[in-house]
Amino acid sequence: MAALQSSTLEAIVGNQAQLQRSWLEALEAKGAARNIREQDLRQETRDFLQLVIDGLGRESSTHIGAEGWEETRRFLEKLSASRAQVGQESHQTAFFIFALKGPLFDLLQAHYREQPALLAEQLWEISSLFDAFGLHTIRTYQKNREAVIKRQQEELLELSTPVVKLWEGVLALPLIGTLDSQRSQTVMESLLQRIVDTGSEIAIIDITGVPTVDTLVAQHLLKTVTAIRLMGADCIISGVRPQIAQTIVHLGLDLGTLTTKSNLADALKLALSRLGTTAGERV
Amino acid sequence: MERIPILQMGEFLLVTIQVDMHDQLALRLQDDLTDRIEHTSARGVLIDISALDMVDSFIGRMIATISGLSRIMDAETVLVGMQPAVAITLVELGLTLPGVSTALNVDRGMHLLRKRVGRP
Amino acid sequence: MTIREHGSQPVRIEQDVVLARQLTRKLASDCGMRLVDLTKLVTAVSELARNTVVYGGGGDMDWEVIEEAGRTGVRLVFRDEGPGIADIKLALTDGWTSGSGLGLGLTGARRLVDEFELDTAPGRGTRVMITRWI
Repeated sequence: MAALQSSTLEAIVGNQAQLQRSWLEALEAKGAARNIREQDLRQETRDFLQLVIDGLGRESSTHIGAEGWEETRRFLEKLSASRAQVGQESHQTAFFIFALKGPLFDLLQAHYREQPALLAEQLWEISSLFDAFGLHTIRTYQKNREAVIKRQQEELLELSTPVVKLWEGVLALPLIGTLDSQRSQTVMESLLQRIVDTGSEIAIIDITGVPTVDTLVAQHLLKTVTAIRLMGADCIISGVRPQIAQTIVHLGLDLGTLTTKSNLADALKLALSRLGTTAGERV
Repeated sequence: MERIPILQMGEFLLVTIQVDMHDQLALRLQDDLTDRIEHTSARGVLIDISALDMVDSFIGRMIATISGLSRIMDAETVLVGMQPAVAITLVELGLTLPGVSTALNVDRGMHLLRKRVGRP
Repeated sequence: MTIREHGSQPVRIEQDVVLARQLTRKLASDCGMRLVDLTKLVTAVSELARNTVVYGGGGDMDWEVIEEAGRTGVRLVFRDEGPGIADIKLALTDGWTSGSGLGLGLTGARRLVDEFELDTAPGRGTRVMITRWI
């Protein structure tokens, strides 16, 4: 395949300002400039154009994996990340690149007016280069989006397990919503860690807000209670509604030394009386 | 010979396990402790495992045995400082140490021991 | 599946159990395994390495850091040329033991990992493969 002609590069360098202007107009027209400050967009278009010119000067290959395009790739990765942050969609991000194609084609058409064969060849080269840039942007954009989603999932998981200190030495974990295996695990780990961090002797797990308790959840609860005991603290389960009690009994789970209370207030009362007894003897 | 030190604090013994124990070391500790309980007439034993990042069935069994032996010799055992990850792993392993008393740290463990042996 | 790193370590005497645990801890933490998962894996290794020494008469632990479908894992194989296990089903029952243990070694280790494979027969030695994903 024929490479880009140096004459093409010269044409671009000679018309840099004009290209940027037309590019900005195209972006504006297609709405790809939304949510982005004009000043930033101006800077980004100027920088990118300069990078393309520098890249073309170094690299005759239109294969963007080549070393000469490294800076340009980096720029696009950063652009993708910032676009994902402001919530732009992937096609809008790619359009940032594609919008430059029109003005460039116009320029080349004028430049190679007398040489149709060369024009076709150069258009093809430029086009494949920009397509590759666009695809690279979309790929990085998706990677960034996935990272954002993963982080949000983790944050959500954190949010859904708020361990609160009810009293000196008493922690409470009010559980709300459905418990799946992963969430149960996160809940258990964060509660255990807080027990160590705060030196709390009693933990209350309140399941008033948990709609159903199946075998898996019940087992997780029992494991948590056992682990807490191994660490040297006590655990009370509160908010056990009749139908959940029935499920637990029906499942034939051995509740052994499990302490349960029907509501959080009763659990706190029990916790305080246990601590009170201990505190009284601690002289 | 490598040994885990046993400290005497009044009528209690304190063992702090800080090394990654191999099995012989664990067995030796078991023997040393029962010897010391006999010689000192200790009323309680505190085993601090806050520095242990793993407890497998062998160490678990050693702890349960120490607890059982000391009870027969009229001394209470309290296991203190188990790390969350270790506790979760032990439960999953199926080792729940039913007869062993536990406390969050040495301080709490000492209170528990005093209560158990009837010292206010 | 691709193998990123691999190696082998002897598990002959009791001290080797400690070394096997330490190596596993390093491999798992280098891969960024969470503390709870790492503790579970190291505990499983302790059980299996002890079995290799005590019941298998010594053997080796082969280790691999593997990648598959975008996830990383630590895979360990314990192999010995010992007497092997006649009744696999019985050996995988909680509380069953041929020696002086609690009988939690094999069953416990199985519960602590994501993948568990036992390959043994009388006179053919024992091979246990475990994997924990990150």
